[in-house]
Amino acid sequence: MASTTATRILAPVGTAGKLFAFGLDVGRGLFRRPFQTREFIQQAWFIASVTIIPTALVAIPFGAVIALQVGGLIKQFGAQSFTGSAAVLAVVREAGPIATSLLIAGAAGSAIAADLGARKIREELDAMMVLGIDPIQRLVVPRVLACMLVAVFLNGLVSVVGVAGGYVFNVVLQDGTPGAYLSSFTALAQLPDLWQGMAKALVFGLLAAIVACYKGMNAAGGPKGVGDAVNESVVISFMLLFVVNFVMSAIYFQLVPPKTG
Amino acid sequence: MGVEIKIEDLSKSFGKQLIWGDVTLTVPAGEVSVMLGPSGTGKSVLLKTLIGLLKPDKGSVIIEGTDIASCSEKELYEIRKLFGVLFQDGAMFGSMNLYDNVAFPLREHTKKSESEIRDIVMEKMDLVGLLGAEDKLPGEISGGMRKRAGLARALVLDPEIVLFDEPDSGLDPVRTAFLNQLIVDLNAQIDATFLIVTHDINTARTVPDNIGLLYHRHLAMFGPREMLLSSEEPVVRQFLNAQKVGPIGMSEEKDADELEAEKDEAMPPLPPIPMQLEPSNGIARRSQREPGAWCRENGVTPPPGSFDQNMSMAPGAG
Repeated sequence: MASTTATRILAPVGTAGKLFAFGLDVGRGLFRRPFQTREFIQQAWFIASVTIIPTALVAIPFGAVIALQVGGLIKQFGAQSFTGSAAVLAVVREAGPIATSLLIAGAAGSAIAADLGARKIREELDAMMVLGIDPIQRLVVPRVLACMLVAVFLNGLVSVVGVAGGYVFNVVLQDGTPGAYLSSFTALAQLPDLWQGMAKALVFGLLAAIVACYKGMNAAGGPKGVGDAVNESVVISFMLLFVVNFVMSAIYFQLVPPKTG
Repeated sequence: MGVEIKIEDLSKSFGKQLIWGDVTLTVPAGEVSVMLGPSGTGKSVLLKTLIGLLKPDKGSVIIEGTDIASCSEKELYEIRKLFGVLFQDGAMFGSMNLYDNVAFPLREHTKKSESEIRDIVMEKMDLVGLLGAEDKLPGEISGGMRKRAGLARALVLDPEIVLFDEPDSGLDPVRTAFLNQLIVDLNAQIDATFLIVTHDINTARTVPDNIGLLYHRHLAMFGPREMLLSSEEPVVRQFLNAQKVGPIGMSEEKDADELEAEKDEAMPPLPPIPMQLEPSNGIARRSQREPGAWCRENGVTPPPGSFDQNMSMAPGAG
């Protein structure tokens, strides 16, 4: 009895360990030739096509909500001239990476997990291994790289669309002045904010793709197993991404002192 | 030429459940062997262990001096190039059409030009009777066609060992007969070592040179076809003749009560041994033995009516 309890408690540790080992395998596969350029381009195109529109649609209300919240508050302080900088700070530092992570994990990750899961249960992956081809090198590495690349681009997209959304709401609905919004852009925000947003997006893409591939490749038990794998991959990557986002933000604040306007 | 597979003392369990233990056998080079067993006795697990998709807990699988169970991943990928495997549902890549599926191993492993690849692919497609279906996606064709396409892909690198995972599951009797004929013809043509996992009795009785039976977590028997077909061993006899009387029950082996109840029921007499399926061009395969040769050499009298050309081949006939 004691042993079963122990196994049950230790099971998540085992899963975490296997996920990490899988990540290491992917890292090793990165340097193995030949690099699957074709698969990489196809996957990057596919991931971009399933994420771009949802990301843009998420970014607009995100920018708008920040403009609404901050705009109201800032008016009471009489500091309307800083709305622009608040929007830039919020969108570039946090909203960009978070919206990217949601879309990468939700749209791209689930698609990858479903695809690999279906291949797994149809024995396609086994067949591939038997044909002497390592699925990690052939399928997983291109997906992980494609996810990272697209995540960085999505982060840029969210930043631009979010700030533009904030501008429209501030200027059109809250009677802010365009000049104040634009000129205060760099009052609080600084260039490293942009770098850290990109770094976050890169890491999020990596994590979401690895979790999705791991879950997909370990799907078991028929079609239901694929559904479970997709579900677990989305939940696990959401949790991971939010934790990592917090950790990376904390580290960033230690490394780069906030600019004082 | 075919390569022999030497399995020694192999055991595999999932968690605490032993699938099979101490399996020792040698699949002879260039011959057709069938591995039989009731559902759920780990036949497919055995097949996956032979190609290194699953690691056994104990024992070794030696192919050309390399132990699949303990070799490095690099060696494993190298040795797998000797294999062609037909998976249960063909395991075609769903995103590619049949032509690309069959060409896939060639494109990945050889530096052949597209026109050379085309020649080889068309030859294999012709072999399995799929000419004209190259542009179809695996989702658009029937299960039998998928199996044949899977076979074409398995053969494309000229394997030394071909493994078949239930080639006859889900096929009608006519298609099964055609597929069996194809297997025999292929063996005559490429002389590779064939191992077929199945529970179709008809296939087991007529196709192979050797039969093995997995039962109750061990290998009950492995040997020449005539040895098993004339065996008095209850498990072998029950299974190869599809009978209810015997040690195999509905779920697992029967318990003492059930065995007690049918104690007085005599097992029906052994049905005659059918002729082995010949290659369709009539030229005997290299590994083929004369009908009744094993029985004569070992002083076993085959059941009456054996090796009669006109004998019915229906399972359990007799």
